[in-house]
Amino acid sequence: MAQTALNPKGVSPSADWKKWLGVTPFFLFAILFLILPSLRLFIGSFTTEDGQFSLVNIIQLFEEKAILDAYWLSIRISAATALGGGLFGFLLAYSVTVGGLPKPLRSALITFSGVASNFAGVPLAFAFIATLGRTGFITTLIKNLFGVNLYQQTDFDLYSFAGLSLTYMYFQFPLMVLIMAPALDGLKREWREAAENLGASNFQYWMRVAFPVLLPSILGTMILLFGNAFGAYATAYALTGGRLGIITIQIGAQIRGDVHHNPGLGYAMAMGMVVVMTISLIGYSWLQKRSERWLR
Amino acid sequence: MASEKIRKVVEMSGISFGVRVGKQGNRKSWSLSRLGTRFWSWFWFILGALYFLLPLYATANFSLRMERDVIGFKAYIRAFEDPEFLKTFLYSNVLALLTIVASIILIVPTAYWIRLRLPEARRIVEFITLLPFVVPAIILVFGLIRIYSSPIKIPFTDTTLFQPLTTFEVGTDILIVAGYMVLGLPYMYRSVDTGMRTVDVRTLTEAAQSLGASWFTIIVRVILPNIRAALLSGALLTFAIVVGEVTLASFLGVPAFGPYLFLLGQHRAYEPAALSFASFLLTWVAMGLIQLFTGGQGQAAGAH
Repeated sequence: MAQTALNPKGVSPSADWKKWLGVTPFFLFAILFLILPSLRLFIGSFTTEDGQFSLVNIIQLFEEKAILDAYWLSIRISAATALGGGLFGFLLAYSVTVGGLPKPLRSALITFSGVASNFAGVPLAFAFIATLGRTGFITTLIKNLFGVNLYQQTDFDLYSFAGLSLTYMYFQFPLMVLIMAPALDGLKREWREAAENLGASNFQYWMRVAFPVLLPSILGTMILLFGNAFGAYATAYALTGGRLGIITIQIGAQIRGDVHHNPGLGYAMAMGMVVVMTISLIGYSWLQKRSERWLR
Repeated sequence: MASEKIRKVVEMSGISFGVRVGKQGNRKSWSLSRLGTRFWSWFWFILGALYFLLPLYATANFSLRMERDVIGFKAYIRAFEDPEFLKTFLYSNVLALLTIVASIILIVPTAYWIRLRLPEARRIVEFITLLPFVVPAIILVFGLIRIYSSPIKIPFTDTTLFQPLTTFEVGTDILIVAGYMVLGLPYMYRSVDTGMRTVDVRTLTEAAQSLGASWFTIIVRVILPNIRAALLSGALLTFAIVVGEVTLASFLGVPAFGPYLFLLGQHRAYEPAALSFASFLLTWVAMGLIQLFTGGQGQAAGAH
């Protein structure tokens, strides 16, 4: 063994398969706890209860209005928080990189973003209830300052689309900051100087040079944010107690007890999610490759 | 060289970039726009800071007001005194530790072997480590329950290998640790792989081998110490995912901290706020340590 390592070219072809033994535990693990469970759901969504191949579950998926609504609600929330979080995160990343804010603010923001993007689930939901719930801090503040009761005089409700989106934003925009700050650092000073020397205004520089370079990375990260929100379960469940019927909560209900009286439909719902996530991951990696052309 | 120096000096004084050619008026508009930029930068930064801090402030503030008209730590004392809290929190920490150790045992040799001998496996392994992004926690636990709630048989026979894992405690523990390993896989693998990129694995291995070290010795005494910063960052990230995790824990029915906190929130007000703030501080410590050990390369996880 020792000698083959020193002289890798000396390995005979018959020893080729032996090299793969080294990664067997990893593949075994992946098959047992990742591939097999996914495959089970995949197969389940194409079979009836007595094990016959059928497209019934998939067809029912598109016929059941409650399920389509759940997907649509999930997609809207994910898109809204991806756009909002993406835009806000970009502006924040911009302000600490090229925006000319003092250096210490930058490291403070990056550290905080690292924490906030990991602060999710039940504690996050409770934090937002303490902030924007019926007796929350800001709710009370607005009532005392402006005499407006958010819950009686406006349409606002923390346990709704807007409330859940605001809560998701707490882990969405920090993720954007974490990815965009290095990308903005990648903008080369020479590009700016070249634009300036050619007589471009700041606005022109951003619209014609910087923005097109950054665009793939901005869009890619937004897609990442979309997937991030789309797969979220714990935060929504803790916040709304299952009242807001996004798709993850519907699937959760299906796991707890067969609410649709068709286990196959549950598998199909799960597969639908995987399909959406796959599309977004492919989009992300494609855009990531494009952005690497300019930014390294 | 000289002009380079001048430019640096000018830049340090923070005047403007366009010192070389540029028309007079144009330069003026640039520095004006820089002023505007700075204003908006502050604006967005302050808005972001408020978004970050207000919920935390509200939670802390609320958690300190358990007794009427008194600011005090009563909610914290009550929450920490609950024996159920201690039990679930300890249990979650043990789960996190097991997940971290098992992940390291699984991933370090794999990443090492790929780097040293099997670069052709890199693509497929990286692909697998990305899969958890496509299969969210709720789907993963769905699949795990469906596979492991029935006895495991040798394919095409009736011989039972295992009882259903979900029916006994150790089985469920195995299942949940495996699930957490999957959730942490992308972060752990990336950490380890990045760590190995910075050390010359091949040279280290050859040196160790020429001194007569076994594979086990090489990995434990040569490779591991060299990537300890990366390991630590992967481990802390995994810790942050596991300790408060709810989805897997509640569907597999284990007595973990996440489900406990969720249930507590159903019938208490102040204690959950106290524990939420405490878990924020815990996340903060974990992320702060990562910053400290990796020199500012923050990472993001996703167990939402």
